Amino acid sequence: MTLQPDTFKSLVKDAAEQVIASAPELTALDQAIGDGDHGSNMKRGFQAVLGKLDTIGAQPLDEALKTIGKTLVMTVGGASGPLYGSFFLAAGEALSQKELPEDLAEVFGSGVNAVSARGRSQAGEKTMLDVLVPVLEILKAEAGRSDLIERVRATASEAVARTAPMQATKGRASFLGSRSIGHIDPGAKSSCVLLHAVCSTLEARQ
Amino acid sequence: MNDLVSIVIVSHSMDIAKGTADMVRQMVGSEVKVAFCGGDPDGGLGTNVGRIMDAINDAWSSKGVAILVDLGGAETNSEMAVEMLEPERRQRVVVCNAPIVEGAVMAATEAAGGSSLEQVKAVAEELSAG
Repeated sequence: MTLQPDTFKSLVKDAAEQVIASAPELTALDQAIGDGDHGSNMKRGFQAVLGKLDTIGAQPLDEALKTIGKTLVMTVGGASGPLYGSFFLAAGEALSQKELPEDLAEVFGSGVNAVSARGRSQAGEKTMLDVLVPVLEILKAEAGRSDLIERVRATASEAVARTAPMQATKGRASFLGSRSIGHIDPGAKSSCVLLHAVCSTLEARQ
Repeated sequence: MNDLVSIVIVSHSMDIAKGTADMVRQMVGSEVKVAFCGGDPDGGLGTNVGRIMDAINDAWSSKGVAILVDLGGAETNSEMAVEMLEPERRQRVVVCNAPIVEGAVMAATEAAGGSSLEQVKAVAEELSAG
């Protein structure tokens, strides 16, 4: 898996467009257990990312990730802004000392740790970490395998489904207590949308 | 020169943020600087890191700034805003774990007496302890 600058630019474009397209679904999920703004917040953030696509495409990868992170922090308008923003800022910071694809798990892991620190949360609390952490485990355990992209895709899908029976203890959904059980977490879903978009673009470019 | 801790109010709603600031000014007076912000970048309900940073810088006091927030995203975005400030300012800003209206009034009352940032935060957070 090599990552040329034009591949990265189309990755960002495809991922942003997928998130924007999924905004109604994210909002519907968030109306069930949150405050119903996840879709519109993510849409606003990724529209701003699309607006900077030429800048992002012209930057070195580490700087490009930081630009994405900072854009999300400044435009999303909900807690998901700092959470996703911290992921990309930390991943960009890590990448400045690392190489892709060899250090992919380490770079991704830096982003996951930043989300965990920002949200003071761990996997198992019905959040985006319930998708990001299992995907990180796959990246660590199965690095270099020829079917890694397919494994990431499947892991993300399964991980989203596993948030349904969880009870939320972080974020707005925690106000609902046991009533959060039975609903998929909107942040887990948006993480899955992003990961699936990345998988699809990488497959198409292989 | 400003030797009193300042207060920043961050709500999802501009109306709540402004109303809270109005209450602080009426109940405590205007010697404590109060800045407020509310709403997402499009003006809907939500919070906005850039405006939170502006509010902190507008209210800046060498003695520090205490931030009062309403719900989850306001806290997360406020913490993010603090981290994005100039390094020398980051250490002098705290996010208080307190109800927004009562916390702002209590924090401003304590600040008006010349208390330290740590004392202001502690007094506001006593409201959440009971």
